[in-house]
Amino acid sequence: MFALQLTLFALVALGGTVTVLTRNLRRQALLFSLYGMLLTILFVVLQSPDVALSELTVGAAALPLMLLVAINSADHSEKK
Amino acid sequence: MSALGRTIMIWISAVGIAILLARGISGLPGFGNYPGPYGDMINHLAPYERQVTNAVSAVNFDYRALDTLGEEFMLFAAVSGLVLLLRGKRGEAISAPPLAERDRPPKPRSAAVHWMSFGFAGALILFGFYMVLHGHLTPGGGFQGGAILGTATLLVYLATDYSVYRKSLPKTADEFIESAGAAIYVLVGLAALLQGGAFLQNVLSLGQRGQFFSGGAIPVINFAVGLEVAGGFALLFAEFLEETREEKPGEKKG
Repeated sequence: MFALQLTLFALVALGGTVTVLTRNLRRQALLFSLYGMLLTILFVVLQSPDVALSELTVGAAALPLMLLVAINSADHSEKK
Repeated sequence: MSALGRTIMIWISAVGIAILLARGISGLPGFGNYPGPYGDMINHLAPYERQVTNAVSAVNFDYRALDTLGEEFMLFAAVSGLVLLLRGKRGEAISAPPLAERDRPPKPRSAAVHWMSFGFAGALILFGFYMVLHGHLTPGGGFQGGAILGTATLLVYLATDYSVYRKSLPKTADEFIESAGAAIYVLVGLAALLQGGAFLQNVLSLGQRGQFFSGGAIPVINFAVGLEVAGGFALLFAEFLEETREEKPGEKKG
């Protein structure tokens, strides 16, 4: 169990770093969703399912969706 | 400030933050050790005092229900602010699709996206309602369930097209659902006052632990929060999508 926790902590750290270092905005939004998914699994492993569900719906789904739409909207007004 | 000055500044700040962070972390209790009595007490008392099997719900919607009321209205204020900012800047007609490239017809949806979205929308909406209604029994609750329901509205958009999405899920309905959720939360609190209790005191019959009807006001408040969050998220998505539309000349301003 401890090895699993350690692996997930490492993956979350890696996921966060990769998300920050990505420069392409659309790719960054999708990586952010993947990072939310990793955090969700970490929360499940740490036995906090309530927090995991919140992270899954908001961090992995709703927020990246909004980011994608916002990026698209910004692109759109730039082109005008 | 010169580039060299900025580099020196950022390194001084980084070292300072690192020292403070290291000191803070060294003072934390060990990994997996929980020192405080509050969580253990809730775990022992909530199943008997409130007849719920999810202690987190007992804290959120009973012991600290007033804090959650504040959080609900934070979301309410955030969504209202966003709607105020975005509305009136562009037309309200629903003919022009969002996310379209300029001077190019929108890409047609593939059959896979269309049918997968149809299939998942139904399952996700059912799961969202399950989550909202079982917050006092299993992990999850109004917030998580509401967020699932709100996100599921986007699958309706993916399964059909923009005008069908806007007609079947009008923004006035989202607004009504969101406000009704916020209002029910406050009314549950005021109803406790009428019963001679404190604001948001759990005065309803608690029932038998593990049954669907148990926990008194906790599932009622969960339902209210579910409505509020579902309406709020659905409204957020609708407003954001509308923002990416190409305005037609002469279109009515919203």
